[in-house]
Amino acid sequence: MSGLDQVHHIGPSIALFVGAGLVLTVDMLWPRGSRGRAPLVQVTLLVLLVAFGWALWHAMTGTNGTAFDGAVVMDRFALFFIFLLVATTAAVTVASTEWAGELDLRGEYYALMLVAAGAMSLLAQGNDLILIFIALETTSIVQYVLVGVTREDRSAEAGIKYLISGAIAAGLMIYGFAFLFGTTGATSLDGIAAFVQTGNEEARLPLMLGFVLVAAGFGFKMAIVPFHGWAPDVYQGGPTPVISLLSVASKAGGFAIALRLFYNGLGGADTFISEDWAMMFGVFAVGSMLFGNLGALVQTDARRLLGYSSIAQAGNVAIGLAAVAAGSTLGPSGVLFFLGTYVATNLGAFFAVMAISQRIGSYAIADYAGLIKRSPLLAAVLMLCLLSLTGIPPTAGFIAKLYIFNGAIQADAQWLVAVVAIAVVNTAISAFYYLRWVRTMVLDDPEEETTFTASGPMQAMLALAAVSVLFFGLIPAPLISAAQRAAETLSVPLS
Amino acid sequence: MLTLFLLLPVVGALLALFLPREREQDARWIALIFSTLAFAVSIVVFIWFDPSVDGYQMVDQFTWINPGRGGFVVQYVVGVDGLSAPLILLLGLLSVVAVLVSFSIEVRVKEYFAYLLLLETAVAGVFLSLDLIQFFLFWELELLPMYMLISLWGTGRNRYSAMKFLIYTLAGSAFMLVGFLVLGLEGGTFEIAKLAQTPPQDALVPLSMVFWAIMLAFLVKLPIFPFHTWLPDAHTDAPTAVSVMLAGVLLKMGGYGILRIVLPILPDQAYDFRVVLAALAGFSVVYGAVITLQQRDLKRLVAYSSVSHMGYVLLGIAALGSVGLSGAALQMFTHGTITGLLFVMVGLVYERTHTRQISEMTGLMHRMPLIGTVMLIAGLASLGLPGMSGFVAELTTFLGAFEPHPAATIASIFGVVLAAGYILWTVQRVFHGPADEKWAHLTDASHWWEYVAMGSLVITILAVGIFPQLLTDSIESGIAPIARIFEASA
Repeated sequence: MSGLDQVHHIGPSIALFVGAGLVLTVDMLWPRGSRGRAPLVQVTLLVLLVAFGWALWHAMTGTNGTAFDGAVVMDRFALFFIFLLVATTAAVTVASTEWAGELDLRGEYYALMLVAAGAMSLLAQGNDLILIFIALETTSIVQYVLVGVTREDRSAEAGIKYLISGAIAAGLMIYGFAFLFGTTGATSLDGIAAFVQTGNEEARLPLMLGFVLVAAGFGFKMAIVPFHGWAPDVYQGGPTPVISLLSVASKAGGFAIALRLFYNGLGGADTFISEDWAMMFGVFAVGSMLFGNLGALVQTDARRLLGYSSIAQAGNVAIGLAAVAAGSTLGPSGVLFFLGTYVATNLGAFFAVMAISQRIGSYAIADYAGLIKRSPLLAAVLMLCLLSLTGIPPTAGFIAKLYIFNGAIQADAQWLVAVVAIAVVNTAISAFYYLRWVRTMVLDDPEEETTFTASGPMQAMLALAAVSVLFFGLIPAPLISAAQRAAETLSVPLS
Repeated sequence: MLTLFLLLPVVGALLALFLPREREQDARWIALIFSTLAFAVSIVVFIWFDPSVDGYQMVDQFTWINPGRGGFVVQYVVGVDGLSAPLILLLGLLSVVAVLVSFSIEVRVKEYFAYLLLLETAVAGVFLSLDLIQFFLFWELELLPMYMLISLWGTGRNRYSAMKFLIYTLAGSAFMLVGFLVLGLEGGTFEIAKLAQTPPQDALVPLSMVFWAIMLAFLVKLPIFPFHTWLPDAHTDAPTAVSVMLAGVLLKMGGYGILRIVLPILPDQAYDFRVVLAALAGFSVVYGAVITLQQRDLKRLVAYSSVSHMGYVLLGIAALGSVGLSGAALQMFTHGTITGLLFVMVGLVYERTHTRQISEMTGLMHRMPLIGTVMLIAGLASLGLPGMSGFVAELTTFLGAFEPHPAATIASIFGVVLAAGYILWTVQRVFHGPADEKWAHLTDASHWWEYVAMGSLVITILAVGIFPQLLTDSIESGIAPIARIFEASA
């Protein structure tokens, strides 16, 4: 394989990294005194478009292979996430135009978002422990900085919190990698898979130690219990646009690499250790759902509530991972489909909160009272997204939960039926706080009567999110189909 | 045809919602037009329906979700049989009545009627769905409009009641979903007809657990003691129209679900647990009646009487024979009309007196003879007076249930005696007695919509009471396949 061909395999990431440099250059070279501000949003979107086009090129030509001695893979699975990450970054870029306009570090903000997107794309392609570590750490470090980007006290504090817990998670993860490498003698997932297939019982304990520690690192990105501690604080303290990115992209990246590592590396459903990690994710799922939902019940701050809700939602996805391990053919596609709809739903909710709170100057849910009278469209979008998070038809969230639960039952394991039973009870619990919020907006009398709307770009993104939530709720087949095709490439062993 | 019935209310809801603000008041006309159209469709469906033909009729079907890799194929499939045809008729009728009694709504008219119409679609979807996932979807869809209607336009502790309604239903339906998914895994399909053809013999979890997981949702909805506590709260605090819909058709979703899904797909488990069901039913009837006797609030009284009356439905079901099942199905229809009418009347009284405390009202007959008379008719129908629809349904139920469950049936007959007590006593306290100066200003029903709402229900009650064949042909054709399952196994 020629060098150029290798680069072509990681094209989208390269485009994003180079684009980040371009954004910084434009920002630096743009004449200070001139009237117009640097067209950073446009440049950022252009870069994302290039990355998108490149990914599309791969999708059209049906690339399916490895590069750099097997360190990265380009397949439909990676492409699914690359599309998701690029779309998310573009949506956040557009939606935060107004907010970022007042930022000192405007150039850095856009550049760092592109770096994060590039690193996460690479993460989704990762097929070697070392590359996975590098990609994950690049993502993390960029995100620490992004959380503190406003340089206000709260934001900086959140950044530090995120950094410290992230550093611990990274430490645990690399320790886990050491176990995996020490036991199997390989850093590539293919090598690990080959070792696991031999079914050496003596290796079971060190392997388990290894993947539990690795799960700690990934679990931090996904915000699942018990690695969730940072989420509520960071969600509340960090700048909302950054958090919206964090809440979906980072979670998607974490689940992408977890699927890849556990499915490809640890040999999917039919190895001697798959039962072990199925149980592990089952426990994570139950813990996340219970902790997230019970925690959210008492929240009064919109962002903090969404923080707890994101923990609970991660629990739902973890059921999908457990189902994967237990041998459900719908498990992997369930995770992908859930993440796809979750991106639309959660971005919609965050954007609405961002737009509303910018206007009313408060994140307290009590101050959302009577919003339906003050800003009917914003309230309607937020309401729709909250219903989708609860899982009430005809929204995408309903189908997503149904699909994950059905996948878990299809695994044909009794203990997963119990996990699903806990999950559905949690849905009822979550209805309490999501719908209480809806009720506050629809029912209570507003303190002021002044009406407001969001900025133009923000409105466009909100409309896009709302349409996606309804579209995938009514016509889910295309996305399910895409998720299934992406998941299939995972199960095919790479040469 | 059936899809049209499903879509009409939604279209009406969207139209109402997008009315310009200054023409908001016209929403009630849009609602009336679309609910009347839907009612017309339901009449056509009922007439077209041919009881002599087996199986589902007027089926509309297409594959809703089929991603091509299997494992999660969901059909959109609607159809009627003898079981759902009367319920569709009932839904069409009560929706019109619900719109009519809401004509006096003044606040947020657009949203109110939009939610009311959405509710009609959701309930229609439950009655028409022949796919488990689709059934579940409509079951959940009904939550939001109900929640909004009670918490926005209700009175008293409406927010508490709305949330309680929501959590009870969600918790019940949560387990139902698990049960459905397990059934889908065993049968390889979610289509009810296919699952019923070859009932699963074994599943991932014991089938008795699946049975109770699904039954829980339906027992909560009926509602049966000890899952009934949401109902009096929801009824008491809901606006009149919502009470009419709740008692009239929403409770029927529970009984219908048992007849449509549980009995055909899990017949052995139903047979094994029939005594438990009969005991729950008998207890619910008596418990509901005794509690009803103690009520001081007129609306709460009717609400608790519903608990008692829905016990008959479960009793008829637990009999697992064609007579008992027919009685249960008939009771669902008649209870819908009778209790619907009772709630209309309570609403009319409350609109005038602004109190529901029975002790504060006396001699209202002097001021509103028409309302009093219709209330008396509804009350007599409710206690099962011969010549009215309630009598036929209760008698059939008892006839069918006596042999398999004598004790529960005798207890339930005792419930009828109590019903006579609380109904007559209430009518006497509220409408008879000396005229009170306090109520001298009250006026009788005078608006055309009040006449139409009362009249249509009274006519239905009398018609079914005198010519029960109107419904029984249809119901028996719907019950026959279910009854055959149990005759074969017995």
